[in-house]
Amino acid sequence: MSNNLRILVATKRVIDYAVKIRVNAAGTAVETANVKHSMNPFDEIGTEQAIQIKEGLEKAKTGKAEVVVVSCGPAKVQETLRTALAMGADRAIHVESNDELQPLAVAKVLKAIVEKEKPDLVILGKQAIDDDSNQTGQMLAGLLNWPQATFASKVELGEKAMTVTREVDGGVETIKTALPAILTTDLRLNTPRYASLPNIMKAKKKPLAKLTVAELGVDVKPRLEILKVAEPAKRQGGKMVESVDDLVDKLKNEAKVL
Amino acid sequence: MSTPTRHRVIALYKQLFYLGREYPAGADFFHKKLKSAFVKNKDLRDPAEIQKRIDLGDYVCKEIEAMYHINKYRAMKKRYYDTQDESLLQSKLESGNWEDLQAGKR
Repeated sequence: MSNNLRILVATKRVIDYAVKIRVNAAGTAVETANVKHSMNPFDEIGTEQAIQIKEGLEKAKTGKAEVVVVSCGPAKVQETLRTALAMGADRAIHVESNDELQPLAVAKVLKAIVEKEKPDLVILGKQAIDDDSNQTGQMLAGLLNWPQATFASKVELGEKAMTVTREVDGGVETIKTALPAILTTDLRLNTPRYASLPNIMKAKKKPLAKLTVAELGVDVKPRLEILKVAEPAKRQGGKMVESVDDLVDKLKNEAKVL
Repeated sequence: MSTPTRHRVIALYKQLFYLGREYPAGADFFHKKLKSAFVKNKDLRDPAEIQKRIDLGDYVCKEIEAMYHINKYRAMKKRYYDTQDESLLQSKLESGNWEDLQAGKR
């Protein structure tokens, strides 16, 4: 088996999972200024999977793989790309846009990139933890008319094909698909590595190409309008009761459960 | 102090310092502890003893990375995957049938 693969990994810069989300004063979006951002955890899993495929091929001496990471957004997404490069990706593509990008827009941008780069496999996180859309991978597969394997929890690569174990409701499903294909990652696919300090330094020297949405000629106009963003209802505090009678009284008159 | 392990120790300190930036109890907390741990061993001269400390440092690095991963994994699992477990737990709590619950958890 000889393989010369190019793997495209899409990543998104999102608010860090550990940050407590706050809705802005106007109630139209969440507060993103001065908030810690990091790579979307599912995209981290995707990057790790691409690197594992590459390392697996190199170890078995059956081929080579090039891992290309791509991200769309303002200049700051370059931090996310550098993280992916530090993990072990070979080069990065930054598609600059300061507008809000919805899944369809991102899928169109990725389609343009796929047509330029001609990868054998595109890996995306199954969803981003900020908007939880879970659409980009599927839309990209639709736009390209490529097979898709979503929610992957295990991937085995073969000759021009791959076998993917998918997480579905109440169990797993194993499918085989030809390459090129779209793969979206589920949580249990792998354990993403933590980039070491020397690798972060080396990542600064890896190539990072910069493109703009206009150069790709993609229409990224939002198709959806967000009307309102609201926080979940606050939990009401508990009450101390003095005696059993008091408790019974409160259950009867206030909670009305008796 | 120009021993063969000097660079190794400095690299270890840098790696731990870098890892400490995301420490849940706060970067300051971690960096203080890190510094005092290194200062405490600054007079070590026995190469075997120094190597032992370096190995310990490498081990701590691995543990911290594992902890970060598990924290993230748990947060994700709680957010996106636990609804079934919760309703299962609720029904088991109500029926008081703990054996099944244990078996269901694998």
